[in-house]
Amino acid sequence: MEAAPAVLAARNLRVGFRIPGGVMQAVDGVSFELRRGETLGLVGESGSGKTLTSLALLRLLESPPAELSADGIDFEGRDLLGLSEGAMADLRGAGLSMIFQEPMTSLNPLMTIGRQIDEPLVRHLGLSKRVARERTLDLLRRVGIAGPEMAVRQYPHQLSGGMRQRVMIAIALACRPSVLIADEPTTALDVTVQAQILALLRALQEEMGTAILLITHDLAVIAETAHRVAVMYAGRIVETGPVAALFEAPLHPYTEGLLRSIPRITRERGGDLPEIPGVVPAPGALPAGCAFAARCGFAVAECQELRPVLEPMGGGREVACWRPRHG
Amino acid sequence: MLSYVGRRVLQSVPLLIGVSIIGFALMHLAPGGPLAVYTLNPTITNQDIERIRVVLGLDQPVHIQYLKWASGMATGNWGFTFFGGRPVLGVILERMSATFLLMGSALSLAILIGCTIGVLGAIRRYSVFDMMATSGAMVALSFPTFWFGLMAIYFFAIKLGWLPSGGMYELGEEDNAVDLMRHLVLPVMVLALVITAIWSRYTRSAFLEVMHQDYMRTAKAKGMRAPARLLRHALPNALKPLIALLGIELPALFSGALVTETIFGWPGMGRLFVDALNMKEYPILMGMIMFTALFVIVGNLVADVLIALLDPRVRL
Amino acid sequence: MVEPLLRVEGMRTHFPIVSKLLRRQIGVVKAVDGVDLAVMPGEVLGIVGESGSGKTTVGKSILRLIEPTAGRVVFEGQDMIGLPAGEMFALRRKMQIVFQDPMSSLNPRMTIGRILAAPFEIHGVARGADLRGLVSDLLRLVGLPEEAAQRYPHEFSGGQRQRVGIARALALRPRLMIGDEPVSALDVSIQAQILNLLKRLQGELGLTYILISHNLGVVSHICDRVAVMYLGRVVESGPREAIFFDPKHPYTEALLAAVPLPEPGRRRVHAPLAGDVPSPANPPTGCAFHPRCPRAMGRCSVEAPMPVALAGGHVVACHLHGGRDGGARTGGSFWILFFKKEVVSFFEKKETKKLHPFLFRVERSVDGCSRMWDVAYCSRCRC
Repeated sequence: MEAAPAVLAARNLRVGFRIPGGVMQAVDGVSFELRRGETLGLVGESGSGKTLTSLALLRLLESPPAELSADGIDFEGRDLLGLSEGAMADLRGAGLSMIFQEPMTSLNPLMTIGRQIDEPLVRHLGLSKRVARERTLDLLRRVGIAGPEMAVRQYPHQLSGGMRQRVMIAIALACRPSVLIADEPTTALDVTVQAQILALLRALQEEMGTAILLITHDLAVIAETAHRVAVMYAGRIVETGPVAALFEAPLHPYTEGLLRSIPRITRERGGDLPEIPGVVPAPGALPAGCAFAARCGFAVAECQELRPVLEPMGGGREVACWRPRHG
Repeated sequence: MLSYVGRRVLQSVPLLIGVSIIGFALMHLAPGGPLAVYTLNPTITNQDIERIRVVLGLDQPVHIQYLKWASGMATGNWGFTFFGGRPVLGVILERMSATFLLMGSALSLAILIGCTIGVLGAIRRYSVFDMMATSGAMVALSFPTFWFGLMAIYFFAIKLGWLPSGGMYELGEEDNAVDLMRHLVLPVMVLALVITAIWSRYTRSAFLEVMHQDYMRTAKAKGMRAPARLLRHALPNALKPLIALLGIELPALFSGALVTETIFGWPGMGRLFVDALNMKEYPILMGMIMFTALFVIVGNLVADVLIALLDPRVRL
Repeated sequence: MVEPLLRVEGMRTHFPIVSKLLRRQIGVVKAVDGVDLAVMPGEVLGIVGESGSGKTTVGKSILRLIEPTAGRVVFEGQDMIGLPAGEMFALRRKMQIVFQDPMSSLNPRMTIGRILAAPFEIHGVARGADLRGLVSDLLRLVGLPEEAAQRYPHEFSGGQRQRVGIARALALRPRLMIGDEPVSALDVSIQAQILNLLKRLQGELGLTYILISHNLGVVSHICDRVAVMYLGRVVESGPREAIFFDPKHPYTEALLAAVPLPEPGRRRVHAPLAGDVPSPANPPTGCAFHPRCPRAMGRCSVEAPMPVALAGGHVVACHLHGGRDGGARTGGSFWILFFKKEVVSFFEKKETKKLHPFLFRVERSVDGCSRMWDVAYCSRCRC
């Protein structure tokens, strides 16, 4: 895994919103690399900027109001920021695909499933409608939809939530992209259906070698699906590393707090859950030092004044903290 | 689908009966009753009026009168005008073609321009174009139609003398299409102006709503280019509320034509209505009420069927 | 023996499906279809299930926020169904509900102080200075600063708003509190705060909770007993340890297996459950779970299993359990369907509409059993 080359790399990605009296920096200097065939989990709570990051990568944010800047978003040797809108559209859905949280509303209600999957095939691969339809049937079979001949003629409202997410995956993988960005792909689904969809994503990844950027608030989903993790807090990555090591011995107090506050199914019923006190600071009102300092049990004076940056800690791990745990 | 249309047609029967009863009652409750117009004529004596009353069957009980009238309506015998004794249905149909010509041209023009302005405004929201379109629409909507009509006549007919000020033909030019077009320009322009203003607003808000839906983001993430996103994804979804609106608004648009027809002396239904009202031509008024009710029902039915064809979620 | 604080017997909540055009009823959604529950004083009962399981409808039907179609809801020994509005009003003081999204249940134009004062005013408990005192007590109880009383809901974060929702529910010191996904909309770090708060309040105030949630981790953390629902019925219920570590129903097993664990490397052993939850408007015949069940038998598609009591208050409704050697039927009398002379199925309710009158016959069992009872099944009712 270490040796695999990066297919997508963000360098110092920033997303801001112009507000009266300044710019609200919602994503503040996010950098990461996504390697061929791996799943990178981007985890964070609401307001951490994880979804904005994902939309920014595909340049799907509406600007204005959003203002996107970066030192570079490198995709297969090209900087996405330098591309024209037309060239970017050629890439979307072809080399770089995305699936969204709400399968209920993410499909066009007035278009048959078949046409919605045909579209990227015709658009990017230049297939005739007839050939595209054959591919579509094959894709539907691959994402586990029984009776694809019937499904292509159906409309989204006739399918269940899980089926719709399968259709979204079929659309996203239609042109065999090298990168798939999945933004909370199972959050709106029931837990038994979530297990199906995660298993499907893993199987398709093995088959196609697609690199997946998995965005979620659910650490358990990350543990089950991702190879590496990046933990976001208040618009920045605070810790990143291989999934096993990071879950085993988190370095950042925030990661540690998050992991400990998950209620687990244990035989002995535990006492109080360890909680992280306080709330996430508003993006417009970030402190000068570490954004987590006010909620951190290990904060020292330094934390209030100086903003920590990601430092390598060995074993492919990095943490932005003045007082890393287990360090 | 067919059974749905059938049911809807059946459902509209009681509605039509209701409208006809109300209309019939109003005519009879009007001051002086149906024969009021004769009482103003000094050459007609009371005996004459009594004789007319008997001849027209107005001495019979009201429900008999209504049934007679209603069965006549159902069989296409809409009665005869008081003045001239011409068949009402014939008079209405004759005027209808003139109105349809005017309305049809104005409406198609207005929807074409209005929708284009609306879509462009939605795509480039808050741009200079959008701001101008918005304020333009506000101006067009805040002045009364007759003012625009009079201004148009003043400038284009009187000052510049480019176009005729009213009517449908010059005398003796009844079959001249060019002459008809010349007469059509001003009323269509005035009528289209207001409809354009309204429809640019409707279209803009319908598109704005659709363009922020999740499936539009999906279409963009699939790599679809802007024209394809607009035509294949946004348009059908935005069209739905617009069709529903058109079904509701069409009759209202016809009443808008009333003012325009009167100003430009256009021999359409609007002017027929105004004239009939002035002359207390009850047979024509009743006929027109029924005609309008029918038009409203058909308009809504067509809109509902179109929406059902567009949206698979609408179960018929 | 201690009486349950709340007993739900044979609750059904059905919603008619009405055709758009002619307002004719064309079907029925059996959101809750025969649910029995009992909650002891001071106990926390968890109701878990996926979407469409009817867990939320059960909660609302208990409070008669939705009127149940049939069944009894006995609170402190009194059947609430059919109670006149006045008596219901008095009873409502003793039972409260907290919803998932506190924002939509807090009036945005009212200050927190006004919102919290409302229950006292409605029930005529206090006014003036007393009222202000009660409101600040409430705020302190749920860990909010006293200044919060002057602020509006939008000024608070999700977790703080949920605290306000809890404070409002607690205002009149209820005995029973129903939480309908109270922490589902919250981030995990905030969720822990609220769960701890709920737990602390239960101890301090001697509350009884019904916690409705799809999150098995949350339920296992806070509940004493758990009921698992699937398509309008309770398929399994019992003490927390029994449900989570000795599940008997294949659905409970599958549900537990599907929960992702925050422990990398511990990949799932079982294949995930196939298919989706069917629509409650058109549930499968027999056991509603049979189309997805890895252990379904021929019988499962025709015959709905009855709840069977196992040891230790563990009840399961599954044909795998409570056969010849199984436990006892829990309910009273029921209907037996005969095909010619063979017993084909049992019903809790007479449902004969769809049956051919010459081939099928329905008889009521006497005292939980019938003389015509097929011997093979007789052990199920201990006769």
